[in-house]
Amino acid sequence: MRSLVDSSIELRPRLGPTILASLWPIVVGIAFAVAMQLFVKPNINDYFAKQLLDIGISIVLAVSLTMVNGFTGQFSMGHAGFMAAGGYAAGAVCYYVSLRIWGTGGARGSILSGMPLDPSGLPSFAVGDLLFLGSLLVGGLVSALLGFLVGLPSLRLRGDYLAIVTLGFGEIVRVLIQQTEPVIKTAAEAAQTPVLELPIHVGGALGFTGLPKYTSLFWAYLVAAITIIVAFRLKRSTFGRAFLSIREDEIASEVMGVNTTRFKVWAFVIAAFFAGVAGGLFAHTLGVGLSAEAAGFMKSFDVIIMVVLGGLGSISGATAAAIVFTLLPEVLRDPLATPAWIVVAILGVWASLSGLAAWRSREGGAERPWVMKLALKLLIPGACVVAIYLAGKNGIDLSPYRMIFFALLLILMMIFRPEGLLGVREIWEREAWSWLIGGRRKAVAASPPQGGGS
Amino acid sequence: MDQFLQTFKDGIAIGSLYALIALGYTMVYGILKFINFAHSDVVVLGAWLSLVIARQAEAAMGWGAVGTASGAAPWWFGGVVLVAAMLLCGVLGFAIERLAYKPLRKAPRLNVLITAIGVSLLLQNSGQLPAFFGTKPKSIPPLVPDTVLFSIGQVQFRVLDFAVVGTALLFMIGLDWLVFRTKVGRAMRAVSHSPTNAGLMGIPVDRVISFTFVLGSMLAATGGFLWALKYTQVKQPADTSWTLLGLKAFVAAVVGGIGNIRGAMLGGLTIGMLEQFGSAYLRSSLADVYVFGLLILVLLFRPGGILGSAAVDKV
Repeated sequence: MRSLVDSSIELRPRLGPTILASLWPIVVGIAFAVAMQLFVKPNINDYFAKQLLDIGISIVLAVSLTMVNGFTGQFSMGHAGFMAAGGYAAGAVCYYVSLRIWGTGGARGSILSGMPLDPSGLPSFAVGDLLFLGSLLVGGLVSALLGFLVGLPSLRLRGDYLAIVTLGFGEIVRVLIQQTEPVIKTAAEAAQTPVLELPIHVGGALGFTGLPKYTSLFWAYLVAAITIIVAFRLKRSTFGRAFLSIREDEIASEVMGVNTTRFKVWAFVIAAFFAGVAGGLFAHTLGVGLSAEAAGFMKSFDVIIMVVLGGLGSISGATAAAIVFTLLPEVLRDPLATPAWIVVAILGVWASLSGLAAWRSREGGAERPWVMKLALKLLIPGACVVAIYLAGKNGIDLSPYRMIFFALLLILMMIFRPEGLLGVREIWEREAWSWLIGGRRKAVAASPPQGGGS
Repeated sequence: MDQFLQTFKDGIAIGSLYALIALGYTMVYGILKFINFAHSDVVVLGAWLSLVIARQAEAAMGWGAVGTASGAAPWWFGGVVLVAAMLLCGVLGFAIERLAYKPLRKAPRLNVLITAIGVSLLLQNSGQLPAFFGTKPKSIPPLVPDTVLFSIGQVQFRVLDFAVVGTALLFMIGLDWLVFRTKVGRAMRAVSHSPTNAGLMGIPVDRVISFTFVLGSMLAATGGFLWALKYTQVKQPADTSWTLLGLKAFVAAVVGGIGNIRGAMLGGLTIGMLEQFGSAYLRSSLADVYVFGLLILVLLFRPGGILGSAAVDKV
C-alpha cells in the first residue's frame, strides 16, 4: 500500500509540462507582437496603425490599473502621473544616452522598431532597441519607486485618501515637470553637462521634443502582452489572491494573516511600474509631443473609465474597454469613414452588453422565452447603434458628446451593475455571461461586493 | 511689509473661498463617507449661472455695470444674482443626490466614489456644450463697485475685497449657527454620527441627507459666485483649474479634520495662507506642490486633521 507521501508526490506537477505551460503565453505574446509589426502594419494605412498603437498603450494602462482598482479594491486616480513620470525618465535616458554615445538623438532601431530594413543587413535586434528596452525599464522602475513613496503613507490610511493623494500626486508631477530646464539639442553641449544634471533638461513647459521614435506596434503589443500575462499570473497566484482578499474584506483578510498594507503597496507599486513603462512607450511614439499635460488628471479619468466599465478585476474586460474607449472618438466623429465595419461591430457589441447589463436588473421575471428577452434587451443598445450610424450618414459629429455618454454609462453602471460589465470574471468564463440570456443573476450573487468593508 | 500685508490679504480672501467650498465636501463626507467629486462642478455651475444671470438681467433691464455713472445696476443687484444662483444650484444638488447617490445608499463606498466621478464628468462635459456655456472663458460684469476704501502703505483695500471676505464669513457663521444651534443641525450631526441610530430615533435620515446636499450646493454656488467676482474671468466648465480648486478645497477639509465643520473653515484659511505665502516668498509656480505636500504631511503625522480626532474603523 502506498503511503500518503507517495501519492502526494504523484500529485505534484511535473517539471516539463510546467515549464511549457508557463512559457507558451510569453511565446504567443512575442509572436503576436512580431506579427503585428511585420504582417499587419504593412497592410494598413498609417492612421489606423497609430490607432492600433494607442490601443496597445491603453491596454497596458488599463490592465495595470486593474491590479490596484480592480484586484485590490483601492482607488488610485493618479495613473497618468505615474505614466508621465515614467515617460520622462525613459525619454531622458534614451535621448541623452544616444546623444552621448552616437552624437545624435535619432533612433537606431531594427525593423521591429519600425525602421526600414538596412540594405547592408541590420541584425533583427539592433543596439538602439536594447537601449530603448533599457530605458523603458528605467521608466518603469522610477515610476514604481514613486508609487512606493506615495503609496506607503496613504495606503496605511482609509481607502479614499489614496484617491485624493494620487490625484494630488499627478498634479505635483505636472508642476514639477514644468519647472525643468530646456532640452539640450547638440551632442557637444550634452558632453559638457554633468551626467547628473542631464535629467533636469527635459523641456519644461515647452515639452520634451526630439526623442528618438522607437515605439512600434511590436513594442506596444509586446509590453501589452507582458502586462496581461503578469496580471493573469497575479490573479491566479497566492500572492495575487491576497490582493483579491483585501478587496473583498480588508478586516477579514487581516485576520487571516494577510499583511494588508504590504500587499496594497505591492499592488500599487506593480501597477505604477507598468504605467511607467506605458509612459515610456508613449514618449517614444511618432507624432506625440511629450509634455507636462500628459500627467493631468483627465488622462487618469480616461483609464479609470476603461477599468470600471470593463469590470473591476476583469483583465479581458479592461482590455476590451481599452480598445473600445480608444476607438470610440473616431467612430463618433465619422462612423462611415473609419474602418467602420470592425469598429461599429465592436461598439455595437459593447453598447449592447452595457445596455443589457442595465436592463437586466430591472426586469426580474424569467417567464418569457430567452430569445424574446434577448431581443427585448437588445432594443435600446440597438437603437443607440442605429442612431450613431444615422448620425454618420447625415454628417453629424457626435464626438463632443463622447464624454457625456461615458459619464452617463458610468453612473448607470454603478446603479444597475456595480461590478462593471464582467465583474471579476473573464470574457470566456461562462458565469460572466449567465446574465445575458436570463435566469437569476447567478454570477453576481456569487461575487460579493467590492470595496473595503467598514 | 507691503508684500506681507498684500499676501496676508490675498491669503484671507482665497482662504475664505476654499473654506466655503470645503464645507460642502466635509458635510457630505461627514454623513455619507465619500468624496463628492461633483462638488467642484457645482461651484463651476454657480460661477457660470451668476455670469449668465448677471449678463441677461443687465441686458434686459438696460443697466450698465455697477459703479458706472449713469444707468448703473442698483447695489443690491449682486445679492439677487447670488440668491438666484444659490437656488438653482440647490435644486441641482438635490437632484444629484436623489438620482445618482440615493440608489447607492447601501452600496460599497468605492461604487459611490465612481458614481461621483461620473456625475462630475457629466456636469463638466454637458456644461461645455454650445447649448449651455460653451468652451471659451467669459467675464462676469462687475457687480460690486471697485472703489478703494483705504490703503495701508501700497496695499489697497477695495470694496470688492470686503464683499468677498464678508460674504464668505457671513455664510460660514450662518452655517455654524445652523449646525450647532438649530434642530435641523442637531439632526445633521446625529445622522453624521450614525445614520442607523439616527433613523431609529425617528430622524428622517433621507430628508436630512437631501438637506445637507442642498446646503452644500448653495455654499458651493456662493463660492463660485465670489470666485467669479474676484477673478472676473470665468473659465470654461471642463477647465482643469476647476477640478484643482475642488481638490484643494478637499485638501482643506482633510487638513482641518474631515467631517468637522469648524475644521473645514480653519483648513481653508490654512491652505489659502500656505498657498499665498508660498507663492510670494518661495516659488510661485510651485503653489500646488505646497498644498499637496501639506496634505501628505498631515496624512503622515496627524491623519485626523488639525481639529479631528483619530478615527478607528470598527468592524
